[in-house]
Amino acid sequence: MANVPVHEWTLLEAARKVREKEISSRELTGALLARIGALDPKVRAYITVLPEAAAAQAAECDEEQAKGVLRGPFHGVPIGLKDIFCTRGVRTTCGSRILHHFNPPYDAFVTEKVLGAGAVLLGKHNMDEFAMGSSTETSFFGPTRNPWDLSRIPGGSSGGTAAAVAAGMCFAGVGTDTGGSIRQPASLCGVVGVKPTYGRVSRYGMIAFASSLDQGGPIARTVADAAALLGVIAGYDRRDSTCVDMPVPDYLAAAERSVKGFRVGLPKEYFEGEGLSPEVRAAVEKALKALTDQGAVVVEVSLPHTSFALSTYYLIAPAEASSNLARYDGVRYGHRAEGVSGLIEMMSRTRAEGFGDEVKRRVMIGTYALSAGYYDAFYGKAQKVRTLIRDDFNKAFESADVLLTPTAPTPAFRLGEKTGDPLTMYLSDIYTIPCNLAGIPGISVPCGFSADGLPIGAQLLSNSFREETLFTAAGAVERALPLRRVAPLEG
Amino acid sequence: MAITREEVLHVARLARLALSDDEAGRLGGQLSAILDYVKQLDRLDTRDVVPTSHAVEMGTPMRDDVVEPFGDREALLANAPDRHNDCFRVPRIIED
Repeated sequence: MANVPVHEWTLLEAARKVREKEISSRELTGALLARIGALDPKVRAYITVLPEAAAAQAAECDEEQAKGVLRGPFHGVPIGLKDIFCTRGVRTTCGSRILHHFNPPYDAFVTEKVLGAGAVLLGKHNMDEFAMGSSTETSFFGPTRNPWDLSRIPGGSSGGTAAAVAAGMCFAGVGTDTGGSIRQPASLCGVVGVKPTYGRVSRYGMIAFASSLDQGGPIARTVADAAALLGVIAGYDRRDSTCVDMPVPDYLAAAERSVKGFRVGLPKEYFEGEGLSPEVRAAVEKALKALTDQGAVVVEVSLPHTSFALSTYYLIAPAEASSNLARYDGVRYGHRAEGVSGLIEMMSRTRAEGFGDEVKRRVMIGTYALSAGYYDAFYGKAQKVRTLIRDDFNKAFESADVLLTPTAPTPAFRLGEKTGDPLTMYLSDIYTIPCNLAGIPGISVPCGFSADGLPIGAQLLSNSFREETLFTAAGAVERALPLRRVAPLEG
Repeated sequence: MAITREEVLHVARLARLALSDDEAGRLGGQLSAILDYVKQLDRLDTRDVVPTSHAVEMGTPMRDDVVEPFGDREALLANAPDRHNDCFRVPRIIED
């Protein structure tokens, strides 16, 4: 192990080495900042890098440790956050021009939690504008590249976080997932991504996209790292009224348990579609074999309303987004259009200049679906179909402990390949969206590579607040399929 | 289902989005395609289905009505695009 470069250490290894004084936080942070300096001009995973602040934070951690004080489990370990989490005094853009000079006056719950655990903040990760996209190509700051093949997208919307983790430019990060925005980029970048149960992680200070679907969660290189990070960011927060007051289990212990006797459900609808690439199917079958070899049993399940999930999502998410994004009016913060005569014109021009094409498209769909005369036919109908989709999962979990599916239908696609046709882009989230509609948790764990050397992930889904089941199953897949997690990129 | 140009402009007004002619034309086509796609939901009979507005069933949590001042007033005002002392300045509201 002596020759493993610093940037390839796991989050838990790095934390242990700082704790046991094998390395200082300053050295650790310096090594990662140097890697960001060398690689990020190519990958562009960061919107904002914080070299001075991170170095100062690392120095404080070292001083405290010299006095025997440890802030928490990640004392002195550098991580990054998707630029959707408010960071006090550090620019938070949400990938949008409209917020590109916004300095939050407070920290998000997730920010408080990771800083409270002792983590050093390296910077803020690139993302699709307002988390609307599956490739990071809608970011005002330009796309992030996939570290495994720089001509391809990293997935999205948390593509910057997944790419930074896969490139060894942070030990882990926190992203958000509204329809697959953690799991899909994790799959495309060959890392682990967790969408927790709705209500498990507070949304306080996490810039809202679709409030009934949004959930923050970890992206890391190993199942154990993701489990440890979720253990830190989960928990009750009275500032988010949908946050659930339930004890946080020991997720790390769950990652090491056996899957013997687990009932693994294969939802047949997820394997029938013509869009599923044969390479992805073969890799997911390897994950299944890994589980059955360790004593899990297979059950066939059906989620009959799967083919309606995308439509349901593309009504509910834009409707909620159009309402949430009404706050960007150029009055109290953010971009404001110049040279306008009245208030209405100021707002309309501010929003026209501040939002990109995808955000405008979704605001328009949402406004239309909520407008007089269309509400029942579109938004109301979608909410009813959402019930049917959730009932499908409830039924499936009567006979299965965990469901296994592909995370994304194909490995990473090329930059520009899908930007011309919104509906084609939306189809990359076809396997991840139903989970958000049902509120259940999901994880993407690497299970193979394509012939072109692109990572492929398997998705595991469990019933609400059964994240432990996910970590147990994903841990079993990981142990059976040891795969390279850091992309072979040199500065 | 084709969305007319008038409908696009009406929705854009409701959403407070100033669209260029080009954008209005393009969005009309894209919106029509997306709405055609989501029309598949009409194939499902949902007369007796209760809508889901939140995935996790829970009541509205209650708390005491207590004022908690936000400490950093200046940090809030520092983000103002246009500021006059402790106020956010905006263009005239009453139009001719």
